[in-house]
Amino acid sequence: MTTAPLIEVEDLRIDLDDGANHVAAVEGVSFRIDRGETFGLVGESGCGKSITALALIGLLRRPLSVAAGAIRFEAREIQRLSAAEQRALRGNRIAMIFQEPMTALNPVSPVGRQIAEMFVLHKGKSWREANQLAVEALASVRVPAPERRVKDYPHQLSGGMRQRVMIAIALACDPDLLIADEPTTALDVTVQAEIIELMRNLCAERGTAILMISHDLGLVANVCRRVGVMYAGRIVEERRSDDIFSACAHPYTQGLVDSLPRLGSRAALGRSRLREIAGVVPAIADFPAGCRFNPRCAQATEICRTTAPETTWLGAGGLVRCHHHA
Amino acid sequence: MKLGTSAIIGGLLFALAIFVGLFAPWLAHTDPVMGANLMNAEEPPSWIWWFGTDAQGRDIYSRVVHGARISLTVGIVSQLVNSIIGVTLGLTAGYWGGWWDDVVNGLTNLMLAIPSLIFALAIMAVLGPGLTSLLIALGLTNWSFTCRIARASTLSLKSQGYVQAARVLGYGDLRIMITQLLPNMVGPIIVIGTLGMGGAVLAEASLSFLGLGIRPPYPSWGSMLSEARDQITTAPWLSVFPGLAIFLTVLGLNLLGDGLRDVLDPQSRSRRT
Ligand SMILES: Nc1ncnc2c1ncn2[C@@H]1O[C@H](COP(=O)(O)OP(=O)(O)OP(=O)(O)O)[C@@H](O)[C@H]1O
Ligand code: SF4
Ligand SMILES: [Mg+2]
Repeated sequence: MTTAPLIEVEDLRIDLDDGANHVAAVEGVSFRIDRGETFGLVGESGCGKSITALALIGLLRRPLSVAAGAIRFEAREIQRLSAAEQRALRGNRIAMIFQEPMTALNPVSPVGRQIAEMFVLHKGKSWREANQLAVEALASVRVPAPERRVKDYPHQLSGGMRQRVMIAIALACDPDLLIADEPTTALDVTVQAEIIELMRNLCAERGTAILMISHDLGLVANVCRRVGVMYAGRIVEERRSDDIFSACAHPYTQGLVDSLPRLGSRAALGRSRLREIAGVVPAIADFPAGCRFNPRCAQATEICRTTAPETTWLGAGGLVRCHHHA
Repeated sequence: MKLGTSAIIGGLLFALAIFVGLFAPWLAHTDPVMGANLMNAEEPPSWIWWFGTDAQGRDIYSRVVHGARISLTVGIVSQLVNSIIGVTLGLTAGYWGGWWDDVVNGLTNLMLAIPSLIFALAIMAVLGPGLTSLLIALGLTNWSFTCRIARASTLSLKSQGYVQAARVLGYGDLRIMITQLLPNMVGPIIVIGTLGMGGAVLAEASLSFLGLGIRPPYPSWGSMLSEARDQITTAPWLSVFPGLAIFLTVLGLNLLGDGLRDVLDPQSRSRRT
C-alpha cells in the first residue's frame, strides 16, 4: 500500500524568458519524495537542479517561472498558495541549505541570533525562549561550547562550523523536507564527510526527508535511497541508488558512473568530475532537437536526432528516457 | 577596529560641542538674552569677558555657549530626519524596484538638481522663521545622498547569499530589510549622516544669518553673526567667536565623517577578524 507522498513534482516545466529568448530551462520533470525519504538529483552544471529546487519552495524570480506542471507539498499545490502561506512553509516545513556557507550567513549578526530568528519567525517564541533554543540547536549540530559560540559572528567560525550553523538554522523548526543544494562543495574533503554524516544522522533521527542536489553521483548515491539523473533540463534516468552502479540504463548515467574514480581512490581524489564524457552541456538556448544528449552520445542513431525519447518504466520504480536504453 | 587621527580629533571636537550644548546653563556666566547691561557694552575680550561683550553689554561667551544648543539641535535632529527619509526611500526603492523605484529616483534627482539651501530657503519663506520651521526646512531637503547610498547598497546587498538565504528561510520583505539589509549598510549611512550634520549646522547659520532662521535676541551662531555684521571692524570679536564655533564644529564633524569612512569601509570590515 502506498501512502501519500510528502512532495510530488509532476511534469514540471520552467521557462526562461529574458526578452530575447523564451525557452524551457527545465521540462517534463517528475519525481516524488515520501516522508523521511532521501532523494538525490545529479547532473552537470547548468542542467537545472537548482532552479528545480527553487521552484519547489516557490522562489523562482523574474526571467524564470513555472510554466507548466504541478508541485504538491502534502497534496497542496505550491503555486496556488498565497505569498504568506508560502512564507509559512519556507524555513518551517521545507528548509534549504546552500553551497556557500561563507555567504549564506549575515556577517553583522551573531549566529545565535540568526538561529533564534527562526523560532521567533515561525514558532512565535519570545526572544528569551528563542535564544535558549538556539543554544540547544547549536549543540544538536555538535558545535562545541554552544553557549559561547552563539555570540560569535560568522567570520569568527571556520567553513565547517558555518555549515553546521546553516544546518542548525535549517533544522531549527523541524522541517519535513530538507533541500541540500551542493551543501559541501565549498568545503575540504574531510570536513565534507563530517557534514554529510551529520546531516544524514540528524535527518534520520527526526524523520526529515532530504532532497540532495550535487554534481557528485557517488556522494548522492551514498546518501540517498533513490537518484534522479538530470541532463539539460530533463530527468533522463531515475533509479534506486543500489541499482545505479550495477544496472544503469541511460548512456549518460553510464558516462557518470564510468567517470567516477574507483572505490577507495575516491576519497584521495576528492570530488569526482565528469571529464570522461566528451563535450559540454549545451546552453539552454541551443538545446538540440530530439534527445538532448545526442551530440555527445556514442549510441545515438537517426531517431535520437529527431524525436525526444519517451519514458520507459523499469522494474523497482526505475525509469529511463532513451531510445536505446540498456 | 582602529580609529585614525582625524576621527579622534573630529570626535573630540564634536564631543566638546555636545558637552557645551548639554551643560550650557552651568557653563555660561550670564543669561544669554536677559544678561544685558549697557555699562559693559562692547568690551573687548578680557579675563572678565572671555569673548568680549556686544552693543547691549551681553556676554558673548555665554551667548556662544547657549548657541551650541540651538546649532546642535538643528544639526542633529534635521540630519536624523534626513537619514530616516533617505534610508526608507532608498531601501524600499532598491528592494522593490519597479514604479516605486522610478518615483524615488525622480524625487532624488529633483532634490539634487535644486541646491538644498535654496529649497530650505523657500520652505522657510513659507513657514516663517523659528526653530520648528528650521527643523522642517533642513530635515526635508537633504536626504538625497543618503537615499542614493541606501539604494545602491540595497542593490548590491540584494544578491548576497544571506539575503537570498533569508528569503528561503521564510523571512518577509520587512524582516529582510530590517535584519539583513539595514545593518549591512549602516557604515556608509553614518558617514553620510555625520558629514550631513556638519552641512546642517552650516545651513542653520546661513539661514539665521539671512534672518530666516533663529531670530535675535535668541543666540544661534548664525543669528549672532548676522547681528555682528555692522560692527565687524569696530568689534571683530562679535563675529570671530561665533564664527570660530561654527568652524570648529563643522570641521569636527567632517573629520569625524572622514575618519569613520575609513573605519566603517566594508572592505576594512572583512579584513579585521
Ligand atoms: N536567474 C537566472 N536568470 C537566467 N538564467 C538562469 C537564472 N538562474 C539559472 N539560470 C539558467 O538556468 C539553467 C539551470 O540553472 P541551475 O542553477 O538550475 O543549474 P544547476 O544544475 O544548479 O547548476 P550548478 O550545478 O552549476 O549549480 C542554467 O543554464 C542557468 O544559466
Ligand atoms: S536517446 Fe539516443 S542519443 Fe539519447 S541517450 Fe539514448 S541513445 Fe543516446
Ligand atoms: Mg546549482
